[in-house]
Amino acid sequence: MAAPALIELSGICRTYGKGEAEVRALDGVDLTIRKGEFVAIMGPSGSGKSTAMNIIGCLDRPTAGTYRFNGADVSHLSRDQRALLRRHYLGFVFQGFNLLARTTALENVELPLIYKGLPRAERARLAAEALAKVGLQGREHHDPSELSGGQQQRVAIARALAGGPMVILADEPTGNLDTTRSREIMGLLAGLNRDDGMTIVMVTHEEDMAAYAHRLVTFIDGRIESDRETAPEATQ
Amino acid sequence: MIWETVRLAFQAILRNALRSFLTVLGVVIGVAAVIAMVTIGQGSSEQVTASVESLGSNVLILRPGRAMMGPGTREDAPAFRLADAEALEALSVIDVASPVTSSSLTAVYGNANATTTVTGTDMSYLEVNNWPILRGRGFTAAEEKAGAAVCIIGETVRQTLFGNTDPTGEVIRLKSISCEVAGLLQAKGASSFGMDQDDVVIVPIRMMQRRIAGNSDVASIRVALAPNVTTDRGIRDIEALMRERRRIEIGKVDNFSVTDMKEISSMLTGINNVLTGLLSAVAAVSLLVGGIGIMNIMLVSVTERTREIGIRLAVGAQSRQVMTQFLIEAIVLSLIGGALGIILGLTLAYVGAQVMTIPFSPSLSIIALAFAFSAVVGIVFGYFPARSAARLDPIEALRYQ
Repeated sequence: MAAPALIELSGICRTYGKGEAEVRALDGVDLTIRKGEFVAIMGPSGSGKSTAMNIIGCLDRPTAGTYRFNGADVSHLSRDQRALLRRHYLGFVFQGFNLLARTTALENVELPLIYKGLPRAERARLAAEALAKVGLQGREHHDPSELSGGQQQRVAIARALAGGPMVILADEPTGNLDTTRSREIMGLLAGLNRDDGMTIVMVTHEEDMAAYAHRLVTFIDGRIESDRETAPEATQ
Repeated sequence: MIWETVRLAFQAILRNALRSFLTVLGVVIGVAAVIAMVTIGQGSSEQVTASVESLGSNVLILRPGRAMMGPGTREDAPAFRLADAEALEALSVIDVASPVTSSSLTAVYGNANATTTVTGTDMSYLEVNNWPILRGRGFTAAEEKAGAAVCIIGETVRQTLFGNTDPTGEVIRLKSISCEVAGLLQAKGASSFGMDQDDVVIVPIRMMQRRIAGNSDVASIRVALAPNVTTDRGIRDIEALMRERRRIEIGKVDNFSVTDMKEISSMLTGINNVLTGLLSAVAAVSLLVGGIGIMNIMLVSVTERTREIGIRLAVGAQSRQVMTQFLIEAIVLSLIGGALGIILGLTLAYVGAQVMTIPFSPSLSIIALAFAFSAVVGIVFGYFPARSAARLDPIEALRYQ
C-alpha cells in the first residue's frame, strides 16, 4: 500500500549558461518520493545531486520539466512564492550547520517561526520543544560557538523541525562531523523518520550514512543511475 | 511585524556593538557639529541682542549726512547745533536728547598719560545709558551752561592715571586745559563691538566745543523716546522737525540720519546668523559624509552577512522582509547615531557657552531637524545595501564562505 506522493519530479532539466558554454547539471530526471520515505541521494561531485536538492528545496527552478510538491505544480512559482513554500513546508539541514553567529540556540530555532509570524511566547515554546526533541534541553541559551559540532547540527535540525515541515532536506548533514557524532545525527534523523513518519531526503557521499535510509538514489552526469530500496541498518 | 523587526534590528545592532558604533560615528559627529554650531551661534546672537538692548531700548542716534552702508564717504552735511538738541527735547515724543561730540586726546596726570576718547555731552547722556557715577559727582547745571573745565572719568582712564587711588578733586590736563575730576564712572566693560567703554573722559559739551574743538558743532544727538512711543512714530516726528530746522525742501533727501539701536542689533544678529549658517553648512556636509559612511559599512556588512541572508532566505524570508530588515537596521542605527550626536552636540555647546561666557540656548527645532535628518540619512543610505541584500540568490548566499 503506497503512501501518497509528496515530491514528483518529471523530466527535470537544469542548465547553466547559454549556447556553447551551456552546462547541463540535470538532464531529464524523474523521481517520486512518497510521504514517510527516507531517501539518500548519492553520486560523485558534479553528478547533479546538489542541483536536484536545490530544486526539491525550491531554492532553484528547473529549466524544463515539472515539479509537483504535494500534488501542486511548483515549477513556475516566483521567488517570493517559493520562499513561502519553504517557510511552511520545508526544513533544511546543511553540511555547514548555517547557524547565526552570536545568536543563542533558541533564537536560531525561532528564526523560521519569526517569518511565520508567530507571537513571541509561542515561538519560544515551539523552539524549546524542538530543542528538547533533539536532546538539547538546557542548552537553549548557548551560542553556537559554545556548542560542539554535533550539538550545532542538532540545533540546525531543531530549526528545521520547529516550523512543522512536511519534509526535511538534509544536504550532507554529517559532512563536517566525526564518525561518532555522525552516527548520533543519523540516529536522530532515522528516529524522526521512524517515530514521527517525517519524510527525509538526504544528500551524502558516505555509504555508511546512506545505509540509514530506506532507499538509495544514485546520480551520475545529471541523470539517475540507480534507484533501489535498501534494508535500513539496525539503529545503533 | 514592524515592531518585531525593530526589536530584531536592535538585537542585531547590539550583537555587533563595536561595529555599530564605528558605523554611526560619522553621523554622531555630523549631528553633534550641527547642534553645537547652531546652539553656540544662537547663544552669541542672544548676547549681542542683550548687550545692544542694555544701551537702552528706544534709543535713537542722529548723525549728520545720509545713512551710509558700504563703501563711499559721507557727503558734506552741516553739523548739528546745541539748539537742535534743545528743540528735539521739546518734542512730546522725546524724553531726553543729549548732544554728543567726541575726540581722541591724551589726558595727563603727573608723569602718567592716557590716550583716550573725550566725549562732550550732558548729564542726561549718562541717564539714558544707565551709567551711574560710582564716586564723586556729576556736572552741575551751571557747569554745563558755562562749559566749565570739569570731567568725569571712566575706570580704565582712572587705572592708567591714578591706579587705585581716589581721583576725585585731582586735576588732569586735556590738551592744554587743566580740568578737575569731578566723578568716577562705574565700570561697564566691553561693548558688543568689542570696544572698551570705560576708556573715556566725559566733559560738558560746551567745554568740548569752546576749548577743545573750537567750534559750536554737535557730532551726534542721542535721543531717548518717551515711554509708549513707537520707534516709527518717534523717527517720523524727529525727521519732520529736523527737515524743518535744516531747511530741506520737499522732495530733497535728508542730510541727516536717524539710527535705531535695534537696527544695529538686528544687523549684528544678521551677521551672526550668516556665520552660523555657514558653519552649519560645513557641519551638514560632515553629516552627509557620515551618511555615506553608514552606506559603506552597511554594504560591507551585507557582504559579511551574506550567509546570514542565505539562511534567512532558506527558512522562508521573502526579499521584501530581508530588505525591510536591513533598512530598519540602518534607520535604527542612524537614529541612535542622531541621539548620541544630539547629546554630544549639546554637551559641546554647553561647555563652549561656559568658556565663551555666552548664554546656552538649545533650540528644539534644530534638535528635531538633526534627528529627522539622521532618519533620512538612514533611509537614503540604507536603501542600496538593503536592496543588494534582498537581491541575493539563496543558493549562492548559502555557499558563501
